[in-house]
Amino acid sequence: MTSLEIGRANPTTATRFTRLFLVTGASGRYPPILAAMLILPLLLLLFFSFLYPVGRMLVGSLFDPGFTVDNYVRIFIEPLYLKVLLRTLWIAFATTVGAFVLGYPVAYAMARAGGKITLWIAVCVLVPLWTSVLVRSYAWIILLQRRGVLNDILIGTGVLNHPLKLIYTEGAVLLAMTHVLMPIMILPIYSSLRTIPKELPQAAANLGAGVFTTFLKVTLPLSLPGVFAGTLMTFILALGFYVTPALVGGPQTLMMATLIGQQTMVLLNWPFAGALAMLLLTVTLVLTFMFRRFLASSGGFGNV
Amino acid sequence: MSETIALSQARPFRPLALGKIAAGLFVALILFFLILPTLIVIPISFGSAPYIEFPPSGLTLHWYVEYFSDPDWIAATLFSLRIAFFTTISATIIGTLAAVALVRGGLPGKSFILGLALSPLIVPHIIIAIALYLFFAPLGLTGNFFGFLLAHTMLTVPYVVVAVSASLQRFDPILEMAALSCGAGRGRTFFEIVLPQITPGVITGAVFAFISSFDEATVAFFISGIGGKTITKKLFEDIDFNLTPVIAVVSTIIVAITILLMGTIRLSENRANS
Repeated sequence: MTSLEIGRANPTTATRFTRLFLVTGASGRYPPILAAMLILPLLLLLFFSFLYPVGRMLVGSLFDPGFTVDNYVRIFIEPLYLKVLLRTLWIAFATTVGAFVLGYPVAYAMARAGGKITLWIAVCVLVPLWTSVLVRSYAWIILLQRRGVLNDILIGTGVLNHPLKLIYTEGAVLLAMTHVLMPIMILPIYSSLRTIPKELPQAAANLGAGVFTTFLKVTLPLSLPGVFAGTLMTFILALGFYVTPALVGGPQTLMMATLIGQQTMVLLNWPFAGALAMLLLTVTLVLTFMFRRFLASSGGFGNV
Repeated sequence: MSETIALSQARPFRPLALGKIAAGLFVALILFFLILPTLIVIPISFGSAPYIEFPPSGLTLHWYVEYFSDPDWIAATLFSLRIAFFTTISATIIGTLAAVALVRGGLPGKSFILGLALSPLIVPHIIIAIALYLFFAPLGLTGNFFGFLLAHTMLTVPYVVVAVSASLQRFDPILEMAALSCGAGRGRTFFEIVLPQITPGVITGAVFAFISSFDEATVAFFISGIGGKTITKKLFEDIDFNLTPVIAVVSTIIVAITILLMGTIRLSENRANS
């Protein structure tokens, strides 16, 4: 129904209706009630599929069945769980460093090359990003398993005479996770490198700075917002990773996400799984809020 | 300094050029590392050996025939496609409306709502997966189409919000005000002025929603049921227990769908730019 029809039917209602729903202020903004109606489906969706279930699980970790903090105490007194937490932090950290060291040159080349080369680099970054993590983890199994591609090549070329144990090790988890998360690191760095005016590095070069000085004193500092955003995104995602560690890791590389999954589905200890989830969520959210500024500057995945 | 420059210009093969070649090779190597694991599944899916073999010693379509004649794989694929299709529709509608409200509306707490809408990208999927499993199981929503629709719409709506918001920010609100002052209603202005302008953003958001719903593995792993099983859940189980080249076929199909849909985005962006 259009405003015109309503206007003919009942002018007073129409005036009120117009004021609430249709009038655009001088700023061009939508009136509050209309905006609220547009946002309502999203809020309902988030409430029923996200806030309520997650909240209920976290509250459940405190009632077992009466109020108790035993589940939280257990995390901190049993060395196994602290070890898993520390290992998770370490793997997330090492993955982030790996993704940065390998990702920065790619982002730099992508920002500098221009034309067709930039396009091809973008394809190499975006196709893996949007291909299932499951497919990429499966590919790492193919590459790393005992009779896998890598062992075959190493034996075939005579470098080795018996296969190495590559899969189900911490190295395999680090390699596969670095690969899976690299695009997340590359894209924000690329977008901040792209916004650096070409004249700045040129000016530095004209003033006599060498390639490395120009990079260290001009390009790198100006790309830091992207570096922080990429680092934070990579670290946060690595902390909660489930699929890759579950497939290429072994019992020696148990991480938080796998532990939470086991507690829920195998041991059916839901309150304890909730407590572990709460711990993981707290670490993630604290990091997010600490570095929120940098995340906002990259728009999360928005620059993909 | 000037001497060094003069010297280096005099020599035809400057060390800098060598450095550039080395840097280029280094980047090429990293790109190889990035793309190879995604593409290696393609030749393996055509390999004739009954185990994983690279490079394949013979080529065959046997594993494709096996995939297409396996009712379990087909059921899982169709279930995933159906979920991804309806997820795309609901996420696109909900996300577009929300983006309009967030960018154009005078809402209180806008940045809070935006943060909330984007939080499914930040909160570890394992937490969402377990929470949804515990919530859905007693309601009989595990392995259920509606349960998946709810979960995947929530997981993919951030992509739509981000893509449409970006489009809206590039679009001058004066055009909208002009349409309104010429007597067009809110609805007509939206469908005839705003929507055509933000179509590239809507398409990008929709394609991302489709791909990430179809590819989503963690939540699907926990909220799948015996009957309602997504392709990713079946893939997960088979990678763990039954590592045949059929998995490479499924992976190849997923990679192909991803590349095809990303090409769609590129085309729609090109059309928007020209």
